Amino acid sequence: MRLLIALLSGALFGAGLLVSGMTNPAKVQGWLDIFGNWDPTLAFVLGGAIIPMAIAWRVARRMPCSVSGAALPGPAPRHIDRPLVIGSALFGLGWGIAGLCPGPALASLGFGGASIWIFGASMLAGVFLNAALKGKS
Amino acid sequence: MEWDWVRGLLGGLMIGGAAALYLLVNGRIMGASGIFGGALDGSAQGAERRERLVFLAGLILFPAIIVWLGVAEASKPVTTTAGLIAAGLLVGLGTRMANGCTSGHGVCGISRLALRGLVATAVYLVFGVLGVLIARALEWSL
Repeated sequence: MRLLIALLSGALFGAGLLVSGMTNPAKVQGWLDIFGNWDPTLAFVLGGAIIPMAIAWRVARRMPCSVSGAALPGPAPRHIDRPLVIGSALFGLGWGIAGLCPGPALASLGFGGASIWIFGASMLAGVFLNAALKGKS
Repeated sequence: MEWDWVRGLLGGLMIGGAAALYLLVNGRIMGASGIFGGALDGSAQGAERRERLVFLAGLILFPAIIVWLGVAEASKPVTTTAGLIAAGLLVGLGTRMANGCTSGHGVCGISRLALRGLVATAVYLVFGVLGVLIARALEWSL
């Protein structure tokens, strides 16, 4: 069951990214371009996504474990540390430059052509760079 | 433009629905960077890794089928090859360092008012605005 649900939520996530316009880098840059020709529509994407998820967190609080029997995530950690802030800053820069974040980049691999594969391969290199840096410290 | 809002809201509800399904049935937080990174850098093993790989298969194949059927259009890149490489490295490194991206910290974090999610989102939004300006200044924009 867990694998089937993973497949279904991956597919629904991908379709949602496509429908919402998140896989369109020009639209994402328009949303971040507050000093230029600002396009506020992506605020509706985050707003729309938060509604079902806020309900899900409330439901989850009353459940002893998930439907599949796997443990539910514990309370959210509250510590604000340097990796969180520096990592989010680096991510934001990349997001603004290419108009792509990880979900939409992956969702575009099948149809986005060479540019998406260049971005995806670089993203994977970034993942390994982080693993290497972590291994050293 | 008004049609875009409806699409945004509908797509958002689908994204949130997918995250709700993954949480309530599988007990997992749907974060794209964690699922991708964990599946490929060796930090997830066995059943956990398989769950991630299957999620990625759905995420990659289903939108491709939709575009192939002609229901939605593929979009064009906005930056040069140099921009794509720099941005990809920054996104891969940054999201793994911060342990989350727009889906994990944004959608899943904010929806339970997680302090880390709120801080991460505020930071990547500000630096995202800066990224657009940098791409333009470096003439990386197409």
